[in-house]
Amino acid sequence: MSNIQTTSIETSQSTRTFRHVLNVIARDPLSLASAIILVVFILMAIFAKQVAPYPEEGAGRTNVDNTMLAPSSEHIFGTDRLGRDMLSRVIVGARSALIVPIGVVAFAVLLGAPLGAIAGYKGGWIDEIIMRITDLFLAFPSLLLAMAIVSALGRGLENAAIALVISWWPWYTRLVRGVTISLRRRYFVEAAQAIGVSDWVIILRHILPNTISPILVQATVDMGTVILAMGGLAFLGLGTQPPNPDWGLMVSEGRSFILDQWWIATFPGIAIFIVVLAFNLLGDTLRDIFDPRQYR
Amino acid sequence: MRKLEFLIRRLITSLFVLIGVSIIAFFLARVVPSNAAALYIGPKARPEDIERVEKQLGLDKPLPVQYSIYMSELIRGDLGTSIGSKRPVLQELTERLPATLELLITAMVLASLVGVPLGVLSARAQGNFLDVIVRTISIVGVSMPAFFLGLILQILFFRNLDLLPLAGRVSGDLRFTSPVEQITNFIILDSFLTQNWVALKDAFLHLILPAVTLAAYPTGLIARMTRAAMLEVLEQDYIRTARAYGIRDMIVTYLYALKNAISPTLTVIGLTVAFALTGTFFVEIIFNWPGLGLFTVRSLLNLDYPAIMGITLFGATGYVLINLIVDLSQAWIDPRISLK
Repeated sequence: MSNIQTTSIETSQSTRTFRHVLNVIARDPLSLASAIILVVFILMAIFAKQVAPYPEEGAGRTNVDNTMLAPSSEHIFGTDRLGRDMLSRVIVGARSALIVPIGVVAFAVLLGAPLGAIAGYKGGWIDEIIMRITDLFLAFPSLLLAMAIVSALGRGLENAAIALVISWWPWYTRLVRGVTISLRRRYFVEAAQAIGVSDWVIILRHILPNTISPILVQATVDMGTVILAMGGLAFLGLGTQPPNPDWGLMVSEGRSFILDQWWIATFPGIAIFIVVLAFNLLGDTLRDIFDPRQYR
Repeated sequence: MRKLEFLIRRLITSLFVLIGVSIIAFFLARVVPSNAAALYIGPKARPEDIERVEKQLGLDKPLPVQYSIYMSELIRGDLGTSIGSKRPVLQELTERLPATLELLITAMVLASLVGVPLGVLSARAQGNFLDVIVRTISIVGVSMPAFFLGLILQILFFRNLDLLPLAGRVSGDLRFTSPVEQITNFIILDSFLTQNWVALKDAFLHLILPAVTLAAYPTGLIARMTRAAMLEVLEQDYIRTARAYGIRDMIVTYLYALKNAISPTLTVIGLTVAFALTGTFFVEIIFNWPGLGLFTVRSLLNLDYPAIMGITLFGATGYVLINLIVDLSQAWIDPRISLK
């Protein structure tokens, strides 16, 4: 009985927080612009085939009659070395450069958060083991670890994504562990313990739902870094492989022509910059609202 | 006494972390790849070579035995032989280290010299126009991919303005006109020591664009963190008291407040060294800078496996050491830390 009641109170609270967040974002012009930009980019990535003016070229089909055309009304972003329309490449490339990093952060949370909740709730040797493992992963600079993992697994978009998940999950374990420790002594958890609710149910129904807002803030802030890392791996030739489009890879492809055909590297570079900037601005606003540092 | 205890405790933890790092590197090198021996020989592996290298690496032995062999080689400084150059990996790395350090140190000094004052200014002018400008600079700094910023700077300062060289560590003709005597392999330092002013100027001009590119991210992060730390300190009672006594604003800000805000800033500077370390990979490619980063990327693309594992260990060890230095200097600045 009491279980149902606490859950319903929490839900109404979380709806209220959610509304509060939307209100703050709507009132701050920079956050609102960032949110709109991100929604537009994500929709553009999902409907890339419908939005791109030359979808086949976006996906990699070459067009040797049109190589290295400067931006014009027909090709707003110009064309690349193989005559492909750059605008279409940028739109289709959003899939690996934007959607995949969102997936990377989601998987890192799914892997890291429960471990952090278990470590923080159980304490003792379980906590000790889990946290020492995170220490090991955090002893590497993230991108260096990701590069080493990609080289062990083999190049490509999927392996780059796996490598980034493996280097990012410990951050969420640390965060959630900190929040869990502060929640463990709260009345609703002690009440649940007192009526004999099992540890797993407490972690799943009472602890984890309350870690969502700090996770959300951290994940938004991390999105920028993960997009940069993913773009970096692609730039180095470890992520998406040609002829598939990816913003980082396109900057790398355009690098040789940067002094004359500047548009090939510039537009994908700007795309990365805008998306990362939008995530960082939004992350700042969310952090001001929730301030997850108070849990650390 | 407490400080000594803290130092010893911290050294022991670092040692354990390094052992853990070696285990992860071991797994990535020997256990994860389906055919580690083939990777070690490179793409042209013949079956008889694979068999020989399997024996040589001890891949037929049980894992704990393999690990102990690998560790004993590591302790002797044997990181294996690079497939590409057929030279010891350790030698390849130490030869290239000065070039990367020259870039990294310049960038970090630049980022600290610009980032900390920007953060302080921004905190003092909270909400004002200046604050908005500094916050914009810092958020643009952390959002700009290094591999793109480098290209923009090249277009601007090489192609359009023709002020700075495009790439490289020195001009190609320098080794004929006024060659630098190699003492430390830090070109700036060597040309200074040998009073080779032509080379010093040349090397300095080559260093500007890569260092600025590399410094962008740390500068943004340091400015943000300094601002946050300063805002917290400026709200405290002792600052208000100092102000009430009529002590000049400059002294209150830079002497009283900054002293207490410097500790979190120092942590951030330490952390950003790690970002800058991986940033060198991109900067060195774009500016053709002959350091560790260029070697790393070449090794990654050529599947030079022993080199990749060597770099991973090398980088992680450097990172652990930086963290250790940051922790120790924090304990030295703020005695409360060693009491925890």
